[in-house]
Amino acid sequence: MKEQLAKIRAEALEALERTSLPAELDELRVRYLGKKGELTAVLKQMGSLSAEERPQMGALVNEVKASLESAIEAQAQRLESTAMEARLKLEAVDVTIPGKVHKQGHKHPMYIALDEIKEIFIGMGFTVLDGPEIELGELNFDRLNAEEGHPSRDWSDTFYFDTDEKVMLRSQTSPMQVRAMDSMELPIRIIAPGRVYRKDEVDATHSPMFHQVEGMVIDKNVTMADLKGTLNLLAEKLFGVGTVTRFRPHHFPFTEPSCEMDVQCHKCGGVGCPTCKGEGWIELLGAGMIHPRVLEMAGIDPNKWSGWAFGMGLERTAMRRFKIADLRLIFENDVRFLEQF
Amino acid sequence: MNLSRKWLDEFVTVNASDKEFAEAMTLSGSKVETFSAEGEEIKNVVVGQVKSLVRHPNSDHMWICQVDVGQSEPIQIVTGAQNLHEGDFVPTALDDSWLPGGVHITAGKLRGEESNGMLCSLKELGLTTHEFPYAIEEGIFVLCNDPELEGKLVPGTDIRKAIGFNDHVVEFEITPNRPDCLSVIGLAREASATYDVPMALHEPVVKGGAAGVLTELLDVETPASDLVPRYTARMVRNVKIAPSPLWMRERLRAMGVRPINNIVDITNYVMLEYGQPMHAFDYRYVNGGKIIVRRAEEGEKLTTLDGKEHVLNANHLVIADENRAVGLAGIMGGQNSEIVDDTTDVVFESACFNGTCIRKGALALGMRTEASAKFEKGLDPMNTLPAVNRACELVELLGAGEVVDGVIDILNFVPLPTVLKLEPDKINTLLGTDVSGNEMIRILKKLDFAVDGEQVTVPSWRGDVKRMADLAEEVARFFGYNNIPTTLMRGQTTLGGYSPVQQTERTLGQVCRSCGYDEIITYSFISPTYYDKIRWDKADPRRDSLKILNPLGEDTSIMRTTVLPSMLEILTRNYNFRNKNARLYEIGRVYLPGGPDGLANEKRFLSMGAYGEDVDFFALKGVVEAVLQELRVENVSFRPITDNPSYHPGRCAQVLSGNAVLGLFGQIHPLVARNYGVDTEFYCAELDFEALFQIKGADPEYTPLPKFPAVTRDIAVVCDEAITVGALEDSIRKGAKGLLKEVTLFDVYQGKGIDAGKKSVAFNLVLRADDRSLTSEEADEDVKSILDTLKAELGAILR
Repeated sequence: MKEQLAKIRAEALEALERTSLPAELDELRVRYLGKKGELTAVLKQMGSLSAEERPQMGALVNEVKASLESAIEAQAQRLESTAMEARLKLEAVDVTIPGKVHKQGHKHPMYIALDEIKEIFIGMGFTVLDGPEIELGELNFDRLNAEEGHPSRDWSDTFYFDTDEKVMLRSQTSPMQVRAMDSMELPIRIIAPGRVYRKDEVDATHSPMFHQVEGMVIDKNVTMADLKGTLNLLAEKLFGVGTVTRFRPHHFPFTEPSCEMDVQCHKCGGVGCPTCKGEGWIELLGAGMIHPRVLEMAGIDPNKWSGWAFGMGLERTAMRRFKIADLRLIFENDVRFLEQF
Repeated sequence: MNLSRKWLDEFVTVNASDKEFAEAMTLSGSKVETFSAEGEEIKNVVVGQVKSLVRHPNSDHMWICQVDVGQSEPIQIVTGAQNLHEGDFVPTALDDSWLPGGVHITAGKLRGEESNGMLCSLKELGLTTHEFPYAIEEGIFVLCNDPELEGKLVPGTDIRKAIGFNDHVVEFEITPNRPDCLSVIGLAREASATYDVPMALHEPVVKGGAAGVLTELLDVETPASDLVPRYTARMVRNVKIAPSPLWMRERLRAMGVRPINNIVDITNYVMLEYGQPMHAFDYRYVNGGKIIVRRAEEGEKLTTLDGKEHVLNANHLVIADENRAVGLAGIMGGQNSEIVDDTTDVVFESACFNGTCIRKGALALGMRTEASAKFEKGLDPMNTLPAVNRACELVELLGAGEVVDGVIDILNFVPLPTVLKLEPDKINTLLGTDVSGNEMIRILKKLDFAVDGEQVTVPSWRGDVKRMADLAEEVARFFGYNNIPTTLMRGQTTLGGYSPVQQTERTLGQVCRSCGYDEIITYSFISPTYYDKIRWDKADPRRDSLKILNPLGEDTSIMRTTVLPSMLEILTRNYNFRNKNARLYEIGRVYLPGGPDGLANEKRFLSMGAYGEDVDFFALKGVVEAVLQELRVENVSFRPITDNPSYHPGRCAQVLSGNAVLGLFGQIHPLVARNYGVDTEFYCAELDFEALFQIKGADPEYTPLPKFPAVTRDIAVVCDEAITVGALEDSIRKGAKGLLKEVTLFDVYQGKGIDAGKKSVAFNLVLRADDRSLTSEEADEDVKSILDTLKAELGAILR
């Protein structure tokens, strides 16, 4: 019987080796382990054994049965993985074939720059204001302390809708300062982006319509040092940590003291190159402490409140941010341009 | 404003390169635009003296010259010029020399004769006869007639040094609040404060002594006293008109002013030095010896120095004699009193006129001049007297005439200096600095502010300084803007962020981009002809647009009342660039007349436009639907529009939510496309942003997911082909008995098996109850009701 068992095991294992399909495995299982299988047939002979031999032989049969079962199981797994491998091989694709197109639209680069600026200021508690582009001369000039005769009022510089200069296309977003002062409770922190218009012929750096963002803070004890700190933060967020800035005195009718902020040229690091026209610096924005007269005209006591304001051109910022050389590209709206951003 | 550094040196000593000077002045508030060195392109050009000249053997017009250029032997140069004589001093470009415009001169042979350089003309050096009136345009620039050069010309000297063509010029951008800096003296004051070096101011000294008594010769009246704060005049007799000396021509040239003759040059020189415009006129044409500064009479005529005749009115200020105007005050002199070669007696006018009056006058006449540009900024009336004295001093210095004693000086204002209180604490609070009171006083004093205790007296030329904040700026400028600390804001916290309208704008942009549409920016102004291009009727009220009175051109002359032409222009441009596809959007404004305060009613539109592969009516409709869905707009319907002149009559739909019109979209009318020169199908949508914002749904609230399974049924009905899918859907919804959850069109078929004039339309219906599993019978009952309704309402029969 022992020999019989050994023979069955050897035969079965050999047959197992030759199997290549799950069906063949089932056949083997029936043939050896099934109710009418060979191992069962051996078991049936157990009755003819002595009482001493029986448990011995029983253990042996069980051992052979278990080893065959695990061998079949192992073979089953092998066959499955072989089949899977074959299938996967068949399913392989050429990964260099282009993907299915899902065209995503693109934000205009000017608006990308603007959104970055908005995020920076919203994080500091600023409200975003919108206002009219067709504006009262009173708000664009008078209330901003631009006296009659100020050159920006020239008909060669500003677009007007009436000869009395009452209604005009705003030449700056600054009238939003006045609108904010007139309509909001103090303290105020606002930015106001939007279109502005000046009578400039179209060229690589000029356009009769462009965008600015105005910023303004009015609070108690606001200082020029605060203005510098906030604008430095803006420059760093826009152009990277470590961006070097400088402040120069300038003149705006509605701020005093007034300044312009330059950013050190990214190309040459301040030595001077064609990008910065040899100056080493690129002008970024104009700013200053709100002129006490402007506060007074809005009914705000300059002895109690102070504030600062800034205005920056967005096209120029976007051009610097994305290294766009020609302003005309901004308004040309060629999809080959738009889809780069 | 150009500044000659040689001229600046007469007032302050600044030892700095142009670049250092530019940087320092910029940081103290006088912004430098550019700087340059005169004649910097000229290299290796020296003074030469012609030792001999003989005819060229092989040419009938050339000369062979031996030129002393300071070397051991003269060099030979061949020239074609005919104006040379032995002994002449001439600019000589040596071998390997450079001239303006990148011209390189090397030795060579001319018709067989060696030529080791070139003798130069004025033009070749970048000069004109204005700067050297004795030289000729065509021919070699022979240096000799300037007394300053006589006996000083040494062969071999660099030509630039020899003729003073070596100044350095710094160009400033002067802000309108600082007209005092439109002068050499004004900038010298700033330089003196910037470098902490003293300023050498010169008090003009006039000898006088010409025959006659000024008050007998000249009488001045200023009936327009409100427009003439001050009028100062002096007289010069026995004038000899001649070119001015080289040093004066040099200064003028460096400052960008063309030399004319001694008297005119003196007026320009004083204007540049003092910032005070001067006018000189010929005394013989001042009838009655009387100058009257008055408003022009209505229709009064005057021909100015530039030869143009002007018709004036009471808004113009004129300088007149007893009979007629002889000049436009502060703008330009009259031709009738111009200085000419035989002028003998000259009146120098140094006046201060009302800035607004001059500005408006110059603007109305379209003649903004150097003088008017200065006057319009409001000049210092205290400057007229020193300026006129300086002019007379120069007349004597140049020997150009004899000055009559005395000055006519009419003051129509009370000279009251501005006095301010110095409050260092307030200044420091505004700046966020800690500058001592003494340092502030030191800064103010070097800017010529008089400080007495707390009292600060502002100098007359600083009309821009009116209050504490202005003093703070002066302190900050010289303390250094970059020395002010940087701090972050403290104070009450404010709640910032986007408004609901701004959020909605952002959402719309996001949906458009996720649908593959690129954002564009278009001009707000258009040409009135664009309304023709989009085929709007001539009488269409929407053509009523706000008109810019001074547009750049017709193409940008009116404010658009529709976003459509802007979009079409960009689509066309892309099409012409041969871009295969374009899908574009803009949230753009239209500007309708009749807004608040006389302003416009600025409405926003979501404008979309597309052409190319896979773009058709339903592609665009899908995007419109995506927008509506994202905003959770309810009760959406689409109505065919057949009469919009800009759109295809069979492919245009109005978008509604209930009765509210949200906009329209569709294919652009082929005739409009033709107007844009395009032969492809353009699709555009114009959605009213404000309407979308009003109608958009509330923020979502969670609805429980269905607990019971749905039953689906497909139905296909045959109906007249004119019946719309929308009508069928409406009928289906009406017929359902409350179990219908979704209706989805899945096929429209015409052709074999369907009668002509009919169509088969197939829908997928989803039916479900919220509280139980539907039985087949319940579903069938609903479908039957739906089919009955379709049949009854539209004659649509189950296929």
